[in-house]
Amino acid sequence: MDKLIIGGVEFNNRLITGSGKFSSYNLIREMLNESKSEMITIALRRVDLTGKSENVLDYIPKGVKLLPNTSGARTAEEAIKIARIARASGCGDFIKIEIINDMKYLMPDNHETVRATEILAKEGFIVMPYINPDLITAKKLEAAGAAAIMPLGAPIGSNKGLLTKPMIEILVENCNLPIIVDAGIGKPSHACEAMEMGCSAVLVDTAIATSENPVKMAIAFNKATQAGREAYLAKCAKINNHAVASSSLTGFLRD
Amino acid sequence: MMMDRIVESYNDFDFENFFRSLDSKKILDVIDRSGEKVLEDMDLLTLLSPQAQEFLEEMAIKANVITKQYFGKEIHIYAPLYISNICDNECTYCGFKHSNPIKRRHLTYDEIEKESKYISETLGVHSIILLTGESYINSLEYLKNAITILKKYFNTVIIEVQPLSVEEYFELKTVGLDGVTVYQECYDKELYKTYHLSGKKSDYKYRLDTPERASIADLRSVNIGALFGLGNPVKEAFLSGLHLRYLTNKFLNTQFSISIPRIKEAYRNIKPQNIISDKQFVQFLLAYRLCFPTSGINISTRESKEFRDNLLPLGVTKFSAGSVTEVGGYSLSNGSSPQFETDDHRSVVEIVDMLKIKGYQPIFKDWESSI
Repeated sequence: MDKLIIGGVEFNNRLITGSGKFSSYNLIREMLNESKSEMITIALRRVDLTGKSENVLDYIPKGVKLLPNTSGARTAEEAIKIARIARASGCGDFIKIEIINDMKYLMPDNHETVRATEILAKEGFIVMPYINPDLITAKKLEAAGAAAIMPLGAPIGSNKGLLTKPMIEILVENCNLPIIVDAGIGKPSHACEAMEMGCSAVLVDTAIATSENPVKMAIAFNKATQAGREAYLAKCAKINNHAVASSSLTGFLRD
Repeated sequence: MMMDRIVESYNDFDFENFFRSLDSKKILDVIDRSGEKVLEDMDLLTLLSPQAQEFLEEMAIKANVITKQYFGKEIHIYAPLYISNICDNECTYCGFKHSNPIKRRHLTYDEIEKESKYISETLGVHSIILLTGESYINSLEYLKNAITILKKYFNTVIIEVQPLSVEEYFELKTVGLDGVTVYQECYDKELYKTYHLSGKKSDYKYRLDTPERASIADLRSVNIGALFGLGNPVKEAFLSGLHLRYLTNKFLNTQFSISIPRIKEAYRNIKPQNIISDKQFVQFLLAYRLCFPTSGINISTRESKEFRDNLLPLGVTKFSAGSVTEVGGYSLSNGSSPQFETDDHRSVVEIVDMLKIKGYQPIFKDWESSI
């Protein structure tokens, strides 16, 4: 079976979803049920740890892996603190490092991300860092003990697709960790394209949450992700610059 | 260029001539480019122009798309907490002004705790704006202790008090201060003098540089705005927007937001002079959303409930709820005077119900206070 393995945990599904920007928590539950997504990221800063008010965690079906993220963190230290609180709150060992110092374009801070990963991996977290796609950063993360690399395809929320495709291709070719495209994926075809390239999974939030029908869109993303993966496994036919007839035109010639 | 220089650079600008140069093609072109390209200063002025009022629907459709893209269908809920109405300033339009013979109160730490407990536990609000008049009596120590108390009850604490120095903001950050709200009130320097007769607030430049000092102190969020009703509305909206641009370009690390407060009657029937219409209010809101896609936009309970509800799809990201503008007005009976009259008197529960019915997710918590 073609399973995705992150930090020793097996997943049958390669669409990771987000929980931000939805109009209600009920919709998140429905979206997860219908799309078959097995992992969802949640912003710990939004979770009411006192349990006194409505909590997004109550709407996530059992069996769906929680991927708490460190959104809101602006330094490695803040991200580390959020990760520790997430674990202490029962959210598990998975953590998506998201450190953003640029509130204008919301670009991740690769340097701080490496720092946080080094520490959290040593503490036994399954660290999934969100980065601006850069091979040197990815290799440092690999050495630091990251469980996957999550490059952005385009700025968060932009829905612009794989603007960083050549950089992501370099990561796919040179990294030993699963490459999961995060941010920028705006259409199922973008997800499919990422999977065809050999990425291991995609994380989609805005494109699903802000569509007219988030549940239907999540189903579409799931199918596109699967299609892309199967195409990758089937190895897409080579692109040729010259015409190649499907049946040989010169086969009648004999030596 | 510093912000005061930016304001000065538009002192002799011929706004009327610029507006005359606009036609529908130019306005639609700006609307088309919004959300895709960075809009320039003149693009903002184009959207704020009297001529652009003909294209509010086109602007609204685009603003709705941009808002959903960057903020989804989520609205952040916060409440104000007034802990002092003692003020040394003489601002002609304000109910707290020094010469007003109103009942003054300055909450003790025990009273602050009681109010905090009530707002947090009874109203369920996790994000608070701490407000005071602007007085020497709000010493750094008083503010520091107040914030320390508030942090026991709220995840996010923002202050709207007298302007402070960078060092003082740093000091308050050590006890958990998350952000600052400071309104310039009036960007027109000459007019500013006529409204701010005495007290520290009469120093135009010190006030203008306050958001910058808060940003240097690395606070997480800064909210700015003009008090509409004081100066020429379009010019004030334009300069407020330029202030937002100046700050967002200079301090990438700070989350900036903007408010569009309209002057309200306060003590003794103070009448606004340049009141903006609902239509103009909406136009300013839309122009800000189109020009600043990732900036927050706050709408307070100064506005009526019907109006606020209709603003939801147009770019709003933050809503105050259950607001009381009297000192100790939540849980302590004292009969102190409000700073201004609120118009939306709904409870937090009613606001939440309205948001859900309209397909929006109320967000009570957006930061973990223990970080």
